[in-house]
Amino acid sequence: MGAWLTLVIFLPAAGAIGLWAVRRPEAVKAAALAITLAELLLSLPLWGSFDRTTATMQFVAEAPWISRFDIFYRVGVDGISLPLILLTTLLMPVCVICSWRAIDRRVKEFMISLLLMETAMIGVFSALDFVLFYVFWEAMLIPMYLIIGVWGGPNRLYAAIKFFLYTLAGSLLLLIALIALYFEGGRTFDLMKLMEASYSAPFQFWVFWAFFLAFAIKVPMFPFHTWLPDAHVEAPTAGSVVLASVLLKMGAYGFLRFCLPMTPHASQLAMPFIAALSITAILYGAYMALAQDDLKKLIAYSSVSHMGFVTLGIFVFNVQGVEGALLQMINHGVTTGALFLCVGLLYERTHSRMIGDYGGVARPMPVFAACLVIFALSSLGLPGTNSFVGEFLVLVGAFRISPWVAALSALGIILAAVYLLWMVQRVVWGATRPAVERLPDLSWREAVTLAPLVGLVFWIGVYPEPLLAVMHHSVEQVVAQVGRESLPDGAHLLVRWIAGGGAGPGVVPGVVP
Amino acid sequence: MTLALLIALLPLASFLTVGLTGLFGGPFRGRGHLIAVPAAFASLLLSLIVCWQATEGLRLNEDLYVWIASGTFRAAIGFQIDPLTAVMLVLVTLVSSLVHLYTIGYMHGDRGYDRFFAYLGLFTFSMLMLVLSNNFLQLYVFWEAVGLCSYLLIAHWYERKSACDAATKAFVVNRVGDFGFGLGILLVFTTFGAVDYQTVFGMAPAMTGVTLNLLGPLAWLGLSGVHWEIGVLTLIGLLLFVGAIGKSAQLPLHTWLPDAMEGPTPISALIHAATMVTAGVFLVARVSPLLNLSPTAMAVVATVGGATALFAATIAVTQTDIKRIVAYSTVSQLGYMMLACGLGAYTAGIFHLLTHGAFKALLFLGCGSVIHALNQEQDLRRMGGLRSRLPITYLTFLAGVLALSGLPPFAGFFSKDEILWAAFQAPGIGAKLLWLVGLVTAGLTAFYAFRLLYTVFHGSSRVRPEAAAHLHESPSVMTIPLVVLGVLSVVAGWIGLPGSTNWIGGLLSGVMGFAGHEAGHGEEGAAHTIVIGLSVAAAVAGWGAAYLCYVKRPDLPALWAQRLPTLYQASLNKWYVDELYDRLFVRPTVQLARALWRGIDVRVIDGTVNGVGMTLWRLGREAQQMQSGQLQHYALFMVIGLVLLAGMMYLFG
Repeated sequence: MGAWLTLVIFLPAAGAIGLWAVRRPEAVKAAALAITLAELLLSLPLWGSFDRTTATMQFVAEAPWISRFDIFYRVGVDGISLPLILLTTLLMPVCVICSWRAIDRRVKEFMISLLLMETAMIGVFSALDFVLFYVFWEAMLIPMYLIIGVWGGPNRLYAAIKFFLYTLAGSLLLLIALIALYFEGGRTFDLMKLMEASYSAPFQFWVFWAFFLAFAIKVPMFPFHTWLPDAHVEAPTAGSVVLASVLLKMGAYGFLRFCLPMTPHASQLAMPFIAALSITAILYGAYMALAQDDLKKLIAYSSVSHMGFVTLGIFVFNVQGVEGALLQMINHGVTTGALFLCVGLLYERTHSRMIGDYGGVARPMPVFAACLVIFALSSLGLPGTNSFVGEFLVLVGAFRISPWVAALSALGIILAAVYLLWMVQRVVWGATRPAVERLPDLSWREAVTLAPLVGLVFWIGVYPEPLLAVMHHSVEQVVAQVGRESLPDGAHLLVRWIAGGGAGPGVVPGVVP
Repeated sequence: MTLALLIALLPLASFLTVGLTGLFGGPFRGRGHLIAVPAAFASLLLSLIVCWQATEGLRLNEDLYVWIASGTFRAAIGFQIDPLTAVMLVLVTLVSSLVHLYTIGYMHGDRGYDRFFAYLGLFTFSMLMLVLSNNFLQLYVFWEAVGLCSYLLIAHWYERKSACDAATKAFVVNRVGDFGFGLGILLVFTTFGAVDYQTVFGMAPAMTGVTLNLLGPLAWLGLSGVHWEIGVLTLIGLLLFVGAIGKSAQLPLHTWLPDAMEGPTPISALIHAATMVTAGVFLVARVSPLLNLSPTAMAVVATVGGATALFAATIAVTQTDIKRIVAYSTVSQLGYMMLACGLGAYTAGIFHLLTHGAFKALLFLGCGSVIHALNQEQDLRRMGGLRSRLPITYLTFLAGVLALSGLPPFAGFFSKDEILWAAFQAPGIGAKLLWLVGLVTAGLTAFYAFRLLYTVFHGSSRVRPEAAAHLHESPSVMTIPLVVLGVLSVVAGWIGLPGSTNWIGGLLSGVMGFAGHEAGHGEEGAAHTIVIGLSVAAAVAGWGAAYLCYVKRPDLPALWAQRLPTLYQASLNKWYVDELYDRLFVRPTVQLARALWRGIDVRVIDGTVNGVGMTLWRLGREAQQMQSGQLQHYALFMVIGLVLLAGMMYLFG
């Protein structure tokens, strides 16, 4: 199956090369759609034959690449990366379809960029060699830069450069961490070996902060988030969807794959700080969303808020928190991606993203309105939809560490209801404005892009067990890896919020394993 | 199990079919009732069977499937059937099916006819799953789901801004309550390691006396000596009760319910009177094994209930929108139920919940019939003298008013009497005070109930000519539910006659016993007779006052309003709570959001980022100047460099 995984990684890139030969724009679109659909089908066997009873890497493939430095082509997936790979392969056909009409110039180049993105993203999730990881990581940057900079809105150059420089700054730190780990971890780039090695506390400290900046910019965590609203506003719909659904997951994936296993001591030390930043992101992002008049900015800031739950969940270091965070990464990909699609559909009709230009959309576009309301409800974490399960598990994890942390972040859920329902009220409900009176409802092509996402919203919301079952063992391993070095005393004081020995069984955090 | 599943799934199926055909078209488009109404009645029939089985001793507690499992956390979707669930099932399906029937007439010709039926189905499903739940998390899930249905149905006429505002407000205020509820569930899990009722209630007694230090995190800041100990059971009880406060519109989260009257009247009857808003009371009764262990939490429940009962009644006496009067009445009556639960008289609380469900649904549907007849007129000041034109509505409304006022032998009398008796009996001066509050509220209740009756149906007509033109009694699909509920408003109280024949008390006391006071139920002393006498006297006094003010001397109310302008204005303006919240929460939140965005995001963070960019760019431009091509400049730079080098060698060398 190792060859299979390699096929999954490189099929889109191969397709991109083949696309050069196609001339007519319509044929280019059809070919791109065929490639992404084939890719989706190709990735399904990974899900089917994934062994859910182990935490070891599966579908591993290995080949020497640059033997002088012991660099390998080495790929494999576990319960952390598999759901993210499937999320990617699922969303790419959606991205192609939603660009059908929206992209009207340089169609071929656009589709090639999308396909190269896909290979790079799947590569990041499956790389088991640090250099290979870094190559894929950097490779994502270029097509995304082009998608924003070439096919973006009026202010696209500012947004593209801001995006590029922000993430490049992070990438450089990642490179430094990579080299440092090579020398300290026994002169190897093998991620599995790097995870098993143990590092001195000061070394961990410095490497952690390099990682932290690289990943925090990608997530993005407060206060490194200001590239996100600009990038989203200027990017074409497909760009926004890829950005929100997959690219934002890279940072969180990095925290899980690198920080927790390789720098456990430093991660624990940084936990209060990251928890504080996460809570800030949750509340601050929600407040920002509340202040926006631009639909895309509103959703972009809501992403900041939602990703706060992800980073919080990762840094509570227990099974519920990490599984919740991982699930929330998928959920955010589905829901926020869908919300950007919805905004794209409106934009195609009226060429406006301003909330004030809409009102009463439910009358001319009932099916669209139903979809938008469903995704908004999912985004605000309504039980029965996907986000509730993820957010709830994160809160369970956080509550076990500190009830106050959980309480503060749960305030974000109230705010989410406020900004999302207010948005729904201003866009969907109300008297129908003359400008939107004659808008056509969803076409078949548009309905096809939204339908699978609606399905996922309810499937994960009602029966998340299949998804959680894939994660269990890998997550438990990560939690064990971070727990193998005990907490330093300073942090103990924080987590021991309960006084004295009066607490009964289960009340003291940590008693519930 | 199959039966319970079917009860819940029938309305769900109705929601899916009616909703999808409404959206995409199909054979039943515009005729959603053909599916929804039979489904609702079938659900009612099955509920009656289950209820009968429950009285015969059926108990069920079974998981359907594991919903979330992560580490040691495990939550299932499952069913529990006991008498409490059984009576709730009957109430929910009964009112729901009658409202389904009524809707055919009331919503006839509405553009959102199918949508309305679809949401009714979704609501009924959610409410049934809520009462059938066997664990806290499922309860929470459907707790929010009924809130969603409430939101969607309040916004049914979404073209009206007021309806949308009310819907958003309802959802957000409920979220505030759910925030506490959610934290309560998290605390339940960390305390007991489980979220299903059986495990939690079984372990609860062992946790009495266990305390938490709420100020624990301050230890991190070096303040390890600071303590604020609170019993873990008390904290759980209070957090769960915050949820109940939101859903049952108790002080201080009551403001959403009167606004929710923007929704079509059938849902005011179903959701905002008989079922959803009583979920808070249901929750309190359901977690009685936990609450019983915490006197503090119980006292809070009773006090909030009593205060809300009186507070809402003082508002109801001056309102002019007929639906709002009934809405404030609902808030007040829910306060009674909370009061009962807080005193440990859970059976009395649930008994009142049941009778109230019947007569309040009736009053709302009656209001709906009036509104329908008057072409959407809701203002008292443009009604009057409708008695002869709407005879069935009048008679049934009268039954509802008598039941609400608590006059014997109507339904409200028995249940309210039991609550007041429980308050009177409970030990402590606080309980006596609450009894007094309840008694005064009883008087006010009769007053506003009869005020409503007299101004709508008696006296001279103040109906606008254009509305009077097509004034008519409602069609039979609307009057049949009125008659059924009217009969129930007369007889429903008889299931809980005081003394040994108290059927409902016997049924429920097994589930929600409270060692404290209910033992004294059997004794029928002189005290009980006096307490009953007093509450009837209060009701009669309220009636008399209403008769005086609105039949005998119609000039009196205006006179009183002039005499006591402050009090009158305060009541008319709902004690200015909405205005207060607007100043305290709504406006500051939006202002803060905008200020943060412009201040921090745009100015500080982006300012820094752009500033760094600009500085680098400028530095580059400056450095560019050095390459001027003039030899003397390069020589100068060389000299400066040499001096610097020499200086450094001198200093550090």
